[in-house]
Amino acid sequence: MLDIKNIRKMFPIYHKYPDLVYLDSGATSLKPQCVLDKMNEYYTEYGVNIHRGVYRLSYQATDEYDKARQKVADFINADFEEIVFTKNVTDALNKICQMYQKFLHKDDEIITCELEHHSSVLPWMIATKEKDMKLVYIPLNDEGRVTIENFKKTITNNSKALVITYVSNVMGYITPIEEMIKIAHEHNMIVIVDAAQAIQHLPIDVKKLDCDFLAFSSHKMMGPTGIGVLYGKKKILKKLDPIDYGGDMNEEVDLYHVDVKDIPFRFEAGTPMIAEAIGLGRAIDFIKSIGFDAIMKHEQELLHYAMDKLSQIKGVTIYNKTSDVGIISFNVDGVHPHDAASFFDEANICLRAGHHCAQLITKWLHCIGTLRATFYIYNTKEDVDKFIKVVKEVVEFFHQFEVNKNE
Amino acid sequence: MNNMQNLYRQVIMDHYSHPRNKGLTGNGKQNHLRNPSCGDDITVEAEIENGIVKHVHHDGHGCSICCSSASVMSEILTGKTVEEAKEIIKTYFQMIKGENIEDEDILEEALVYQGVAQFPARTKCATIAWKAVEDLLGEKDEEE
Repeated sequence: MLDIKNIRKMFPIYHKYPDLVYLDSGATSLKPQCVLDKMNEYYTEYGVNIHRGVYRLSYQATDEYDKARQKVADFINADFEEIVFTKNVTDALNKICQMYQKFLHKDDEIITCELEHHSSVLPWMIATKEKDMKLVYIPLNDEGRVTIENFKKTITNNSKALVITYVSNVMGYITPIEEMIKIAHEHNMIVIVDAAQAIQHLPIDVKKLDCDFLAFSSHKMMGPTGIGVLYGKKKILKKLDPIDYGGDMNEEVDLYHVDVKDIPFRFEAGTPMIAEAIGLGRAIDFIKSIGFDAIMKHEQELLHYAMDKLSQIKGVTIYNKTSDVGIISFNVDGVHPHDAASFFDEANICLRAGHHCAQLITKWLHCIGTLRATFYIYNTKEDVDKFIKVVKEVVEFFHQFEVNKNE
Repeated sequence: MNNMQNLYRQVIMDHYSHPRNKGLTGNGKQNHLRNPSCGDDITVEAEIENGIVKHVHHDGHGCSICCSSASVMSEILTGKTVEEAKEIIKTYFQMIKGENIEDEDILEEALVYQGVAQFPARTKCATIAWKAVEDLLGEKDEEE
């Protein structure tokens, strides 16, 4: 059992706003004090550059930075050199798309699906157009899920890569990626996994999954903004060329030649996000101290509690009744999500309204956008109760107007 | 709930359910604006003749604040001189930002959007159609 009261105390935003109902962790999570303290420790105690200085402080900063990378590696069962720090998951997914281009040719096919976040699908939409390749979407089943059967149907002799989300940020569905990766590899495809909505909810073991690449952001797992992670299998990373050149990523520079460093450093030109990396390392310690068993159990409890209450309200459409993680997407019938959103705002409830940077799935759902409530470790049943109360108010409020049901 | 009643006034919901001047006529200039974060998608059409706004039409979709304000705006600006229209638009933007305005009366029915100032997240909704028409009036200026 999670001691939520105690956990909430660790998040300073609740000190400032004790009544805050934060249901937008899908966009970004709240940050615990320990992460902020750790970043502050870097800035106040050894805030110098890494890899360059030949003095003790620089050694200490480098050591903390390296430790953070090792923590990330251990967290997903990868090796140190397989972890590349990026700006965020978007940056990681764009980089891998660009760097892998040299292995792709005209008529190659890239398989993806409509559940993807824009940052997963758009780089490939552009790349396939530029290179005259083909972007192929796995048809979703009636529920909006990717199935193994439908995936198999999209594979051809030209299939070269599977670009897939681990957990949908709108539907909360867990994609059966382990089996898909196995199938993809049987057809000599590489697999790139967008784990932005998975990393904070479930344990990830990249060796067990056997994915070739996997990306996520720190800020959704209680770490700082400004840093993300690109995991890549050692043997493939070694074959890739950097996109950015500059300081710290090279070994030897001559007039007309540069020897780049080994992985992962060759992909990290310039002074990196030192404080952020160290903060991310601390966030991982924090998650581990709570444990995924407890996190998942708590989320499931809240999810079912909320789903049950929401389903009982007449005039509400839920789009993902079988959501696997703490994500609920819904609308109040006849009410534009942004009209409803102001009611939640007024009650100090933060939730998302719109297409959640995943227009393909909102279009698949035939709606203009949805309201999305996401739950995480600091949320309580009282949060859910307050949320449900406002949903009921929205339904009642707009009932007084003859709202055009087509809108 | 007071703030909400103030935001969603009956007039606003009436214009949302029964928009005036909806649908484009093909006469005059058009301007298409989108707010990708919420899906507001509005095209405004205005015809100007001899310095007078002959008509304003609008089409598209969005939330009640966005769509209704397009409808209210189309009614108010029709028949005004370009100069008058610009003054109304300027005053409307001031009101939405919560600034003091000198002459409330020129806003006519658009005064019902006063409540939006309490909801900074909604100012884009309330201004998108008005920005679209402001651009159209501005273009006219440059030509003259």
